[in-house]
Amino acid sequence: MGPGVILTLLFIVTPFVLSIFLSFTNQRLVPNLNIPTEFIGFRNYERVLGRPDFWNAFGNTGLFVALIVPIQGAIALGVAMLINSKLPMRNLFRGVFFIPTVMTMVVVSVIWAVLFRIDGFFNQFLDLLSFGMLGPVDWLTNEMTAMGSLILLSAWQGFPFQMVIYLAGLQAINPELYEAAKVEGSTSWQTFRHVTFPSLRNTHVFIVIATTILGFKLFTQVNLLTQGGPQGVTETVVQLIYQNGFQQGKVGFASALSVVFFLTVLLISIAQRYFLTNEETK
Amino acid sequence: MNNGFASVARLTLAVFILVVVLAPIMLMFATSLKGDEQQILIDFGTWRAFWVSPGDISLENYRQVLSDVQAPLLRFLLNSAVITASVVVVGIFVNSAVAFSLSRLEFKGRGLLLAVFVSLIIIPMEALAVPLLLMMNRVGWLDTYQVQIVPFIAHPFSIFLFYQFFTKLPRDLDDAAYVEGASPWQVYWGLALPLSLPVIATVAILQSLEIWNSYLWPLMVTRGVEARPVSLALAQFFGTPPPIWGDVMAFSVLMSLPVLLVYLGFQRWFIQSAVNAAIK
Repeated sequence: MGPGVILTLLFIVTPFVLSIFLSFTNQRLVPNLNIPTEFIGFRNYERVLGRPDFWNAFGNTGLFVALIVPIQGAIALGVAMLINSKLPMRNLFRGVFFIPTVMTMVVVSVIWAVLFRIDGFFNQFLDLLSFGMLGPVDWLTNEMTAMGSLILLSAWQGFPFQMVIYLAGLQAINPELYEAAKVEGSTSWQTFRHVTFPSLRNTHVFIVIATTILGFKLFTQVNLLTQGGPQGVTETVVQLIYQNGFQQGKVGFASALSVVFFLTVLLISIAQRYFLTNEETK
Repeated sequence: MNNGFASVARLTLAVFILVVVLAPIMLMFATSLKGDEQQILIDFGTWRAFWVSPGDISLENYRQVLSDVQAPLLRFLLNSAVITASVVVVGIFVNSAVAFSLSRLEFKGRGLLLAVFVSLIIIPMEALAVPLLLMMNRVGWLDTYQVQIVPFIAHPFSIFLFYQFFTKLPRDLDDAAYVEGASPWQVYWGLALPLSLPVIATVAILQSLEIWNSYLWPLMVTRGVEARPVSLALAQFFGTPPPIWGDVMAFSVLMSLPVLLVYLGFQRWFIQSAVNAAIK
């Protein structure tokens, strides 16, 4: 086990401790001889929490999460229920529906960039639906639509992962519960509302937490398609870490951002533990 | 409700979702096979963006991206393959060995070490990227294979998956082997590791996708073409205006094809590993 422990210490524990340490310094990526590296106390944190661009990025990331979690979750559950029902060729459908999740986000972004073009599919579709009254919209550079466009392509890429987890959850529901509902003469909606949905409680908790954490890491799509624009409406926390730490070489400041980012993810995970243990002790 | 009607409705809905899932992928394939860039731009606004008539199929874009000396695609694919395979193969041995020790060997601080590994799962790579970049810069590892391999071999989540599997293996098996005079190493190598094939598959699939698709880290640590992985190469190819869509899509196809082919061959394993990762 030696190599595993050494590698973990070197490449996970050390950078983690280093990020906390560096967050209290004005360390730069390329040392500037005129500005010696020194401890600056909590100044990085004051700047992180005091600057509007952090709160903007944090808010955008939060908005992305708040929208994608229910949208993607609902799609995933709906499609999982469809596959779980008496559907012919369900294995074929399940196999094809899973494909977007194995596609690289870079490729997905490239393809959707075409769909979002000013002369692209979505604008033609909008034109058709509105009989030429609306559009064309420049989806990725319009403040109103940029975030929504990112959510749409992210949901397309991400929903199959949640779908297969919901599917496993659905298959674990005791069939007797459905029998009982049938005997009582429940409608499909009542069965869903009182049997299916509550039986998936732990699956819901996992899906919500996992999607939230994935959502907080939002970077690739933004970096490729909008670079945080227009007017900063798609700026995210990881994009901010990248810009400050790598592009501008402000390692100290970016480390403080990283620590705040880590604490956010940690809080979400603690919430998960809390909800799951609550269920077990009931 | 009428049963026949319900099943027709379900099938219709399933076909609709199928179209939504496949259309963007069709667009990628169709565009990559169209030789005329002007026609591609015209097609983007119509349903023909998702289709190419068999008579118009041209491999010109593929010929172009494969012969581009500025952006040697085969080199990028090779880089990604070497990096991914190294992380996955070495990772399987390293992580399973840690998990085996944690589950089977008695030593001081075992419980603490296990707790440390479990808590490390939560640290996102994105939070470590900047300090790790500083470290790698200091040791002069930028623009190399090892900077994309070595930091990602030890993987607490994989250790956890192996650990869970090993604790469920009946002790009687090892005891029998020990009675016959086997060493812990022999039990690990000859018994535990061969039995853990399902976990190996899960770990291999999850880590391959993570490494093959990684973007933030290579963006920070590679500059030249020597060690650049294909995901980053595609991003840079796409980001250099004006994009030549036929070439960009041929590039995308060549990057996606290896993963899609492996997926088609091992579909059940892929879906199972997503589920295994969730139900821990």
